[in-house]
Amino acid sequence: MYNNLWLIPFFPLVGSIINGLLGKKIKNEKVIGSIGTLAIFASFLVACQNFFGLLGSEQKVFQETVASWMTIGNLQVDWGFLLDPLSAVMIMVVTGVGSLIHLYSIGYMHGEVGFYRFFSYLNLFCFSMLMLVLGNNALVMFIGWEGVGLCSYLLIGYYFEKKSAGDAAKKAFVVNRIGDFGFLCGLLTLFWALGSKGVWTLNFVEISENAHLLQSGGLLVTVVTLCFFLGATGKSAQIPLYTWLPDAMEGPTPVSALIHAATMVTAGVYMIGRMNILFAMSPTTMMVVAIVGAATAIFAASIGFAQNDIKRVLAYSTVSQLGYMFLAMGVGAFTAGIFHLMTHAFFKACLFLGSGSVIHGMHHGYHHAHLHDDPQDMRNMGGLAKKMPITYWTFLLSTIAIAGVPLFSAFFSKDEILWWAFGSTRGHWGLWLVGVIAAGMTAFYMFRCVSMTFWGPQKTDPKAKDHIPESPLTITIPLIILAFLAVVGGYVGVPAILGGANHIHHFFEPVFGHAQELYRIEAHGAHATEYALMAISVLVAFAGIGIAIYMYLKKPELPGKFTAAFSGLHRAVFNKWYIDELYDFLFVNPTKKIGTFLWRGFDVCVVDGVVNGTAWVVKGLSAGLRFTQSGFLHNYAAAMVVGVVVIVGYYVFG
Amino acid sequence: MEALLFYLVALVAVLSAFFVTKCRNTVNSALCLVTTFLCLAVYYVMLEAPFMAAIQIMVYAGAIMVLIVFVIMLLNIGSVGKSVYRHGLIWATGLGFLIFLIAAKFIAGGTVTKKVGTVTSEVVKDYGHTELIGTAMFTEFLLPFEIASILLLVAIVGAVILSKRKV
Amino acid sequence: MISVYHYMILAAILFAIGTFGVLTRKNTIVIFMCIELMLNSVNLTFIALSRHLGNMDGQIFVFFVMTVAAAEAAVGLALIIAFYRNKESIDVDDFNLLKW
Repeated sequence: MYNNLWLIPFFPLVGSIINGLLGKKIKNEKVIGSIGTLAIFASFLVACQNFFGLLGSEQKVFQETVASWMTIGNLQVDWGFLLDPLSAVMIMVVTGVGSLIHLYSIGYMHGEVGFYRFFSYLNLFCFSMLMLVLGNNALVMFIGWEGVGLCSYLLIGYYFEKKSAGDAAKKAFVVNRIGDFGFLCGLLTLFWALGSKGVWTLNFVEISENAHLLQSGGLLVTVVTLCFFLGATGKSAQIPLYTWLPDAMEGPTPVSALIHAATMVTAGVYMIGRMNILFAMSPTTMMVVAIVGAATAIFAASIGFAQNDIKRVLAYSTVSQLGYMFLAMGVGAFTAGIFHLMTHAFFKACLFLGSGSVIHGMHHGYHHAHLHDDPQDMRNMGGLAKKMPITYWTFLLSTIAIAGVPLFSAFFSKDEILWWAFGSTRGHWGLWLVGVIAAGMTAFYMFRCVSMTFWGPQKTDPKAKDHIPESPLTITIPLIILAFLAVVGGYVGVPAILGGANHIHHFFEPVFGHAQELYRIEAHGAHATEYALMAISVLVAFAGIGIAIYMYLKKPELPGKFTAAFSGLHRAVFNKWYIDELYDFLFVNPTKKIGTFLWRGFDVCVVDGVVNGTAWVVKGLSAGLRFTQSGFLHNYAAAMVVGVVVIVGYYVFG
Repeated sequence: MEALLFYLVALVAVLSAFFVTKCRNTVNSALCLVTTFLCLAVYYVMLEAPFMAAIQIMVYAGAIMVLIVFVIMLLNIGSVGKSVYRHGLIWATGLGFLIFLIAAKFIAGGTVTKKVGTVTSEVVKDYGHTELIGTAMFTEFLLPFEIASILLLVAIVGAVILSKRKV
Repeated sequence: MISVYHYMILAAILFAIGTFGVLTRKNTIVIFMCIELMLNSVNLTFIALSRHLGNMDGQIFVFFVMTVAAAEAAVGLALIIAFYRNKESIDVDDFNLLKW
């Protein structure tokens, strides 16, 4: 039954190759789009089969080896795939959301020059992401890890003729590389550490089984997990390596939805989930993860307050939500982290696609009126609810979901994270407080976004005003499906105190239960406490929503007064706390200076000097030696005879 | 008698060899060389190797020397002026003498072993020298023999290519 | 009685004279002939030792030396002609392109 796992990444790879090699010849957008979408949809079907097979099966961990990759000494690395509850959920998210976004892209990317290129990259991305989540050893995962980074680079730079897009792509790639370096360091250290205990392996199952050989809480495991966490911060846009994600919005919107919201950026969370036993062994690292996650959550949310570009708001929201996931991982709420990953994939993909639909409509209107305004600027929107009803309702539902309103999906996932942050043996009330504040901020800026975009008077240029249409079906169908999932996605994890069975918790038991049991990571507390915390977070969420509606709908002049009163603060937030400038000052410019110095000082003087010096020395020596090459036959003959005399003479007289 | 013949022929051989290096006229040198070759052929006979003596005369004194004389005639090289036809006389004399010294020392230092092979004068007489050579050539040394034939073929082709005016 | 030493000393003398000729003469053809002389002196030692040791191998070797000498004569003389065609000379001092 589980012999077809390899098909899941295989289909997108084939789709990518077909579109990449033949797309230019096919030309027909429908054919190209169908190939791309069907490839990922086929994966989705196989993923469904495996997922439901796993649900009904007693055994929860399956490995499938396709071929041997390399055998070095005691190390055996295979092209192997691993199906367990964690990877099953991930493949469902990747292929499911991926299929919808592919479908959406057919409508959204209509008429673009590199249509085939886009679908080829998108399929390649899905392939890499599936390799990442399905790989049963760290090397296969690493291929996926690097592959998604590459595809992210290619897709952010999709409009490569725009300088800002090219710069953003390079920034994403370079920042990711810093994280990848950490990942690789962690991997090699882990390999060496386990190898020195006699277990040479990169297989995740074997790593989990033998993790106890390392000293729990020791320096080694802390270093390894911190290195892995550095990798995760790069890929998942956490402090300090988050700066690439907002810039990555230069890519087409479906890319932002798929890569920079739903899947790739969650790779870091997935990776920590995959290595949960190692992280559980190191309380120090867990604490670092939790603090970084909480800090990122509140920090990115604060920047989201003052952004006017609709996609940037969502980008900072993504960073903030990823911070939540890391907070969950850091306090040992692995299940809640993955649960939030899943619900986030639904509502954030829906939000991004909704924003894409808005941008599409605005672009259409501006195009009609021959204007060149920025179609992504929310200050030019407003009142779009009537123009694009489907987009509006799906966007609103997802916003309600992300804001943490009860009975919507993020309520369940976020609440569980907050509960663990408060009550877990690895948690702290400070983390909880930061989380709650960030939740309120999320509610605020998301409703600010909705207010500015869909409610109130229409602020679009009058010429373009009446030419903003609802998007076509290929765009709205994915929106509706994702909005539905964003609403109901949380019901797989209704906590026990609300009368739910918390299915997802039991589902993940085989993956996380062992580590949590072994290192006594659990959330405990009175039911009353839990109810109280839940009530507080709901109140905070509603407060955020209320303030946003009040400020941006009832009293539109309030924000202006606010910014005038706190102009310094506003400027700092608007400029993203000057973090990019700080990084430029601290790292980029010194690196450039060192580079220039190495070029001018080291390369030109020392390296070239050594090379040229060698040449000069050889030239000088040979200037003397070349006189032996007189060109006269007799000299050569005489030299030969002398040689014979010397050698034979040595034997005769010697 | 044999010793007398040996020294006589040796005298002729060394003198003619010396004149090969000394004659100004190339044709004279060539003729002196032929003389040396003939002297060596005499020795081969004395050493009970009549077949070798025969091919010495035919191949060396015949074919090769004819070829050399032919080239000399073709290029029309006459005798050259007094001062320029050779140089480095002292150096070369020293080196040549040294070579001889070393070889002589080497020979003097060697020890004479007994006959180790089966080919005695009687065998040569009974069996015939040509047959002995032939048997060895076409049994034990068949492969080198064939290789030698290919070498000659290559040499012919090479000579033709080199002599063509336009390659 | 003439022993193998006599032959070998004679061969050494001839070889030394050949070397002397190679080193002194400028005429390419004479140098070539001196090389033939050296080859012949070696042939003499081969046959003398072959006779002395009662083994045919040395004489077979002489046969191959002659083969090589014939090939060498053909190619070498062709080279001399080609050279003469370019330089109107067969003086080795004119063979001086291969130098610094």
